[in-house]
Amino acid sequence: MTQAQLARGEAASSADPLLAVRDVSVVFGGIVALNGVSFDMKRGQILGLIGPNGAGKTTLFNCLSRLYQPSKGDILMEGVSILTRPPHKIAEVGIGRTFQNVALFPNMSVLDNVRVGMHAHTTSDIISDSLKLPWVRRSEAAINRNVDEILAYLDLTSVGHAIVSGLPFGTQKRVELARALAAEPKILLLDEPAGGLNHEEVYVLGDLIRRIRDERGITVLLVEHHMGLVMSIADHVVALNFGRKLAEGTPSQVQSDPEVIKAYLGSKDQ
Amino acid sequence: MSTIQETAAEAHPANIDVPSKKNMGLGRTASWAMLIVLALLPLFVRNFVIFQMTMLLIYAIAVLALNILTGGSGQFSLGQSAFYAIGAYTAAILIEHGGVNYVLTLPAAGIICFAVGFLFGFPALRLSGIYLALATFALAVAMPQLLKLGVIEHWTGGVQGLVVTKPDAPFGLPMSQDMWLYYFTLVVSLAIYIASVNLLRSRSGRAMMAIRDNEIAAAAMGVDLSIYKTLAFGVSAGITGVAGALGAIAVQFVAPDSYTFQLAIALFLGMVVGGVGWLPGSLAGAAFIVFVPNIAEGISKGLSGAFFGVLLFVVIYLVPHGARQGAIYAETLFNKLKRS
Repeated sequence: MTQAQLARGEAASSADPLLAVRDVSVVFGGIVALNGVSFDMKRGQILGLIGPNGAGKTTLFNCLSRLYQPSKGDILMEGVSILTRPPHKIAEVGIGRTFQNVALFPNMSVLDNVRVGMHAHTTSDIISDSLKLPWVRRSEAAINRNVDEILAYLDLTSVGHAIVSGLPFGTQKRVELARALAAEPKILLLDEPAGGLNHEEVYVLGDLIRRIRDERGITVLLVEHHMGLVMSIADHVVALNFGRKLAEGTPSQVQSDPEVIKAYLGSKDQ
Repeated sequence: MSTIQETAAEAHPANIDVPSKKNMGLGRTASWAMLIVLALLPLFVRNFVIFQMTMLLIYAIAVLALNILTGGSGQFSLGQSAFYAIGAYTAAILIEHGGVNYVLTLPAAGIICFAVGFLFGFPALRLSGIYLALATFALAVAMPQLLKLGVIEHWTGGVQGLVVTKPDAPFGLPMSQDMWLYYFTLVVSLAIYIASVNLLRSRSGRAMMAIRDNEIAAAAMGVDLSIYKTLAFGVSAGITGVAGALGAIAVQFVAPDSYTFQLAIALFLGMVVGGVGWLPGSLAGAAFIVFVPNIAEGISKGLSGAFFGVLLFVVIYLVPHGARQGAIYAETLFNKLKRS
């Protein structure tokens, strides 16, 4: 698909990229955090975004969830720019996310956390809600059915009524995943999902991410430090360093790229 | 360009410590028991006590309104007395100048205060935590003087205030004015309580609580922060306005100096004592601000303020999470007794 077609926003077929990052730059008061980064994400792909600390991974992630405004470039979801949307209008185009250190609603139950995940796909107003009108009851019943299904899928049914702040970290991460899935995203952005997990938990997580892609057809963008996880589940890897794209390709291609090795291990003459 | 430096994990707007419990309401048995007590008690007490109980319910409504704002959406307000005053004056002016039936003044006060609160919510969007508390405090301080303004003196009665006629029991019911007004207030309070519990358990309520707990995560889930924050302000102000209108009818008098910031602080106190975010606690909080000053005065006339302070200190020290903590303790005890 050419740039011109993208600009016209033509109906995307399955071969077109689901998400296209086009020449994105971000500058923070003179410091260039991202410098002309471009890549495509195909439907059904698990894309791993890697790079050493300060490479710009989180900056890019925050551009995708609209917390940062790129100074240059564009981000297209199914051929349409998302950069004119405020952060709360991102969920409805099908972009869901989790956060680096878990950003749940700590004083709410697991059920309520996941119910909030469906906010973008439901409607209500305060008067109908206060009076619990029949259509509010119907919509709540639909929400509950969906939430029950997701909790069962992620093996969280037994903790449904528990308050999130009292749960172990690993469980909280799964709750966050459940909340993101409740929004029925087309693309799921995972910000360092393996952080704080032990070896076995990382293995289980990798399996889960693959299952989410295979069974629910969700495209996954994985920002991760844990090389083992990225290399084992990603179909495609993009490596960043100092805000630039260093390499792109299959995991094995990227792993053997001399530039990537240099960025991670340092070169002899340094 | 916008540079949001904070990370999502640090983005708790107001760090409100809401004690964990499944829901915002009260158990079925406890609710019915409470309702029966409230319904039957006036039959056995003097008229003055009935009046005090009416004020208790009115303050409970106002505390509940603040609880929706702070416990529900995480926004502070030390300006609730301003909305209470607007509600009270709306009722007084409509009854005395417009000859409107007192029942109709409640929705009128509610709608006007909702609009004022909703509009006030917009500038408040840029403020959070203690800064928001200060901005609302300014509103509370300004309100009595605004009510004294010469231009509206014809309507408000200026410094003198307005006297409101107390309504008689309708349909020739054989009860005193005080008792009728009590039952009327009880029905209104109950309706507001049920609607508020419904609201907080609904999609809108969850959106507000999500904002309270983590704004960035809430936005990522599609929650429009500005709409729900201003709505929370509007709902809270509207309910406070209804309380103000009821207060004007019960006290039969409105004057600017009845609605100083001391009222706002009393309501804030009531919310903390009742338990932030727990709606049934509003009644306990209201009981504290209505009765404890009297108890303190009973201990010593000259040092009533000091004794009030001591009693407040004791409550905060023993049950930092307010009446809710007491309720959880009672529930555990009750369940233990049932098993043994």
